[in-house]
Amino acid sequence: MAKPMEEYKWHELNVGCVIEEVGNAREYKTGDWRSFKPVWNNEKCIKCGLCWLYCPDATVFKTNEGFYLSNLDYCKGCGICAKECKPGAIKMVEEGR
Amino acid sequence: MKKGIEVSIAASIAAKLARVEAIAAYPITPQTHIVEHLAEIVANGELDAVYINVESEHSAMSACCGSSATGARTFTSTSAQGLELMHEILFIASGMRFPIVMATVNRALSSPLSIWGDHSDVMAARDTGWIMLFCENGQEVVDMIIMAFRIAEDRGVLLPVMVNLDGFSLSHVIEPIELPSQMMVDKFLPPYSPLYTLHPNKPVTMGAYAMPELYTEAKYAQEMAIINSKEIIKNVMDEFGKQFGRQYKPVETYNTENADFVFVALGSIGENIKTAIDELKGEGKNAGLVQLRLFRPFPSEELFSVLKDKKRVAVIERVMPAGAPNGPLFQEISSVMCTNSLLMHMENYIVGLGGRDVLPESFIDIFNGTACEKSTVPIRDKNFKVIGVRG
Repeated sequence: MAKPMEEYKWHELNVGCVIEEVGNAREYKTGDWRSFKPVWNNEKCIKCGLCWLYCPDATVFKTNEGFYLSNLDYCKGCGICAKECKPGAIKMVEEGR
Repeated sequence: MKKGIEVSIAASIAAKLARVEAIAAYPITPQTHIVEHLAEIVANGELDAVYINVESEHSAMSACCGSSATGARTFTSTSAQGLELMHEILFIASGMRFPIVMATVNRALSSPLSIWGDHSDVMAARDTGWIMLFCENGQEVVDMIIMAFRIAEDRGVLLPVMVNLDGFSLSHVIEPIELPSQMMVDKFLPPYSPLYTLHPNKPVTMGAYAMPELYTEAKYAQEMAIINSKEIIKNVMDEFGKQFGRQYKPVETYNTENADFVFVALGSIGENIKTAIDELKGEGKNAGLVQLRLFRPFPSEELFSVLKDKKRVAVIERVMPAGAPNGPLFQEISSVMCTNSLLMHMENYIVGLGGRDVLPESFIDIFNGTACEKSTVPIRDKNFKVIGVRG
């Protein structure tokens, strides 16, 4: 979408709300309703990449050092990465703490 | 030239004349004859359409949405429980602005199980965002189906249209019907050119979700589309009248000019009311009939201009308004009167439930004010009268 959704007026919407541009989902930060976030302990991390593999929203990415982080703009805090992490390097921490 | 033909068969021929490209349907009484005959037409190679056999009406409407999204002219037909099973997809079809046309053969809802005609099914689906037309006879069914595609596919409308016909008392009756030629229909109804289609060469997203920031605007846009469709519907009806010689209006009247008393009704029951009106006329009494061809969008202005100077209005409905003070049609008409600050004497009668015969005598009794004495058991907290209930 060409502008933020809260700026759209009713008559500016496409008929049936059809979206014509491809890939515009990335413009919407969907991580704002998360209550827990994953925190990596790189001392325990063995760089196996299971967190990256299991993330249902593909928010986990590999850093230059080969460790992993989650893009918090999109992370929903589901905790699957922490659950799947074999060495227990990921802890779910409550937001705002 | 008129031809004696079953109305259901005529409805399927109308869909064929409209050159539908996709049909998804599930059989349900009393609608089955329509899709059965369409299946035959497709199987015989008389119509180049995809006929999708589905396992329920929920899937039928879903398949219709899918085929309409690809830009195919889509038709289906259903009744009663089938319409209720489609219910959630009805909203999706109208919200995604798919110009699907559906012949709804009106039938009572279970329970108790009844296969006969009344308006329980369509009244339960009245706020789904579909344009709703009601037919009085077989000729209208054919004409409305052809007009329905023209209305639905208009770029200013792009909404699904439901053509309502009464179960059995219309669907299974053999009537003399004039079937227009393919050439005439082709002239009236150009091929469907969709605004957006699903195509691999140009990907689009249909049916995406809307966050609270956008849902209100989306629904408002949809509401404006159905409200603005009224003028387009009138134009299509006028153009149809010019081309085919049969003129329709959203609100039709019969003998209303001279009458202080008018009936308001939907569907085939209008013919019985007209018979009653003719009999009353013979006795020197004047009653009129207001029939709604168009129910959604509700033709408020047209209805108000007919009813405003009347002394007594009797709203005839074929649905039991469970727990409501009045029937749905009565409530809508009284809300039109209220918004125009006009209080008038209005009565609400429930007739013909589950296929119960309604004779012209009942309407004469309603006119004379004796209907209730004869056959009505009063219900506390209710303003409507149920005609013919044994107490």
